[in-house]
Amino acid sequence: MAMFQIRIHGRGGQGVVTAAELLSVAAFLEGKYAQAFPSFGSERTGAPVMAFCRIDQRSIRLREPVMQPDALIIQDPTLLHQVNLFEGLSASGFVLLNSTRGIQELGLDEFLKPLPQGHCRSVAASELALKHVGRPLPNAALLGGFAGITGLLKIESVIAAIRERFPAKIADGNAAAAQEAYERIRTKEVIHA
Amino acid sequence: MPTQIIKFYQTGTFTVGNRLLDESQRTVQARMDRTNGLDCGHRACQGCGEALGARYAIDAAMRAAHNQIVVANATGCLEVFSTPYPETSWQVAWMHSLFGNAAAVATGIAAAMKVKGRNQVRVLAQGGDGGTTDIGLGCLSGMFERNDDVLYICYDNEAYMNTGVQRSSATPPAARTATTPVVGDRAESGAKFGQGKSVPLIALAHQIPYVATASVANLHDLEAKVTKAMGLHGARYIHIHVPCPLGWGSASSDTIKIARLAVETGLFPLFEGEYGEITARTPIRRRVPVEEYLKLQKRFAHLFGAEPDAPRIAMIQAIADRNVSKFGLDR
Amino acid sequence: MLRQIEGSRAVAETVARCRPEVICAYPITPQTHIVEGLSEIVKAGHLKPCEFINVESEFAALSVAIGASAAGARTYTATASQGLLFMAEAVYNASGLGLPIVMTIGNRAIGAPINIWNDHSDSMSMRDAGWIQLFAENNQEAADLHIQAFRLAEELSCPVMVCIDGFILTHAYERVDLPTQEQVDAYLPRFEPRQALDPDQVMSIGAMVGPEAFTEVRYLSHHKQLRALERIPVLSEEFREQFGRASGGLLRRYRTEDADTIVVALGSVNGTIQEVVDDLREEGVKIGSVCLGTFRPFPLAAVREALRNAGRVIVLEKSLAVGIGGIVATDVRMALDGVSARIYTVIAGLGGRAITKASLRKMIGQAQQDQLEPVTFLDLNVGIIQRHLERESKLRRSGPAAENILRDIGLVAARIG
Repeated sequence: MAMFQIRIHGRGGQGVVTAAELLSVAAFLEGKYAQAFPSFGSERTGAPVMAFCRIDQRSIRLREPVMQPDALIIQDPTLLHQVNLFEGLSASGFVLLNSTRGIQELGLDEFLKPLPQGHCRSVAASELALKHVGRPLPNAALLGGFAGITGLLKIESVIAAIRERFPAKIADGNAAAAQEAYERIRTKEVIHA
Repeated sequence: MPTQIIKFYQTGTFTVGNRLLDESQRTVQARMDRTNGLDCGHRACQGCGEALGARYAIDAAMRAAHNQIVVANATGCLEVFSTPYPETSWQVAWMHSLFGNAAAVATGIAAAMKVKGRNQVRVLAQGGDGGTTDIGLGCLSGMFERNDDVLYICYDNEAYMNTGVQRSSATPPAARTATTPVVGDRAESGAKFGQGKSVPLIALAHQIPYVATASVANLHDLEAKVTKAMGLHGARYIHIHVPCPLGWGSASSDTIKIARLAVETGLFPLFEGEYGEITARTPIRRRVPVEEYLKLQKRFAHLFGAEPDAPRIAMIQAIADRNVSKFGLDR
Repeated sequence: MLRQIEGSRAVAETVARCRPEVICAYPITPQTHIVEGLSEIVKAGHLKPCEFINVESEFAALSVAIGASAAGARTYTATASQGLLFMAEAVYNASGLGLPIVMTIGNRAIGAPINIWNDHSDSMSMRDAGWIQLFAENNQEAADLHIQAFRLAEELSCPVMVCIDGFILTHAYERVDLPTQEQVDAYLPRFEPRQALDPDQVMSIGAMVGPEAFTEVRYLSHHKQLRALERIPVLSEEFREQFGRASGGLLRRYRTEDADTIVVALGSVNGTIQEVVDDLREEGVKIGSVCLGTFRPFPLAAVREALRNAGRVIVLEKSLAVGIGGIVATDVRMALDGVSARIYTVIAGLGGRAITKASLRKMIGQAQQDQLEPVTFLDLNVGIIQRHLERESKLRRSGPAAENILRDIGLVAARIG
């Protein structure tokens, strides 16, 4: 396994940094090395934020931001026209978008066509979070989606990381959201192909 | 006719504290076994009120704490004249760190003693008005707010004396200092008339267990207040008025007299407070007009002379009057 | 015990195992998670006896530490950037008094302009204050260095700063092997102070010292740091034996044996540099790097030994001696006095600007072509500089420089690297 780099985009308050940390914990639980760190712009709720995660079989020394992500997780689609989210995305990269609308509906399919089949998916993570946790915090669901779309981590690891982090009730909700997102991705359940 | 036996005593070293008093009522200073926490040999000026005040306070604290005290001292006259390399005149565990941090250093010492289970050891912090009302106020307020178990004593000689008599926020209006000189417009000579800055009242506002003002003119009162403070735990503050012959331009033999006049004019009110409320005040037996106090000090000389500055003397009198009324010092 | 944990948390948990008796801290980005972690640990009763004091300023924080340490308690605090400057008087006071306080610096730039991101200007501002300065390359070392720091500080009666890159390390989740209490206890004995405030053994601490003896007192603190040069490798070796991993020490060499070009740096950027070294080595370039673990005392002999055979030395530093060039580079030049090598100063990463493999490769390429200036700023946007200088030359009331530049480059958050 070569180093796998993930970049997560969202807005302050959506749990972007937590998402990266949870990914790193999930990787750790599988015996991998992982590095997760945030990138701060001016910190305030609603401001664009990024977080990065690197996963590898060996100890990770690199400290620069993730310039060439193998996977992008976009927690807030309103960023699509504000920030150059796709900068540096690898030719065989993955894109996971938090949206009730499909890739084509969002007008991205031309742009993302070069990527391999099945590498770009959207999942209604905020809705899943509302359903299972009662708050539209999409990060946990997106991590389940990530496990589904990349196959890099087991859903069990993601859920274990979630359980380690949150108190019981919230952990249950987040775990359920992650599980459902994972299943939707795996069964190729889409609103639109 | 019954006769009363009158005892005559040889005066000398032990007249302080009045040996005619019953043993139990005598001051710590009157005892032969007083600790002399600030021992002789220090380099203070002749007549230094601060040296007197510090010895009074530390000896009283030592007795109250059975000699188990540690003292954190701010930079200033007291620190400088008491520790001229390579000597020290302190017979207590003593530390000097910086100018503005005595209260914080004391907090640290108290925390260390607590951690080590040395519950008998009591911590004091001390500094002049410069290190307390100005540069040290932040750390002092922090210590108060946390209610750290420290007794902070301020020796107020109303200016930065050690550096050459510069103005501090404790400098009284009209007083001449090196940075509030007597030049130019007479109406502006000396220190400005402002609102003043009462650290005792600031201390009171922090609702700490004990606040008091004291004077070197009243040894019994000073010792009683220190003793009372030492019987309590938490943040405590005592503000002692200490004349400085050099800085005030007064005779070195007048130190106690001037300190007493400050009290009797009402310019330095004596009071105690607990948890934000004033609980006691020392009434003025014989009210004295401020001129009697001011005239003895060259730092106010420009208010007198051939044409006295009546308006500004009146303003100073008004301050005294306001204190008397505010603190209820009328007999 | 292996944990995937935030750097700050790893530091907090490791410091707790060092059994500090007094912790006093004032929060400042990026050290906040360390003190929050410690307050939790103390409040939950996992560390006792320990007094955790919330102070009202950084000046108070170090002053409280000074009092506690002088009274014989093992004492810890943490700060960064502006906070370190605010306590500057106390920093000199602590080392002058010989108090073995350990303080974490979450390295952050100093304003103006205000900047919360990483560089080394804060630690550098206090480099001559008499504190030992250790720099961590990664979060494992960030945690481990604190254990060595307490041991070193108490042995020498000298305060120690453990410097860890703000955000890059403090806020990064990484795999860290947290030591057990038993492991730490076996390495770090009880604190036996050389001096202590004690009513039963009265002494005065903090006297004024005049010209008769000041030089000697100062020389002794210099001597202490020279002794530290010997003790640091020994304690690092002992650490390796006790904990089973290399950590600390004066410096570490990476592929320098036959290197023509050697890059020297402090802190986390060494990880990125090593990646670049590996890539270039695969292309046949004879390049290596040196990670300086100890900045004060500056290991002149060890640096000389490590660099003497390289024709080209590139000092990559996150600090700037305004008006001269490099801070670290100046010390490296002193170490290489008499040795013929081209020494380049590369100022990089100021205020948190990312140092990328691509930029490093380009810079190293230029050095190899002898096209690198003696002092350069990595990734300097020359266009912005020129526009600003033009602006200033045309108009007296040209406005605040920083604001003008920000307007030039647009929204910061929209950029990735």
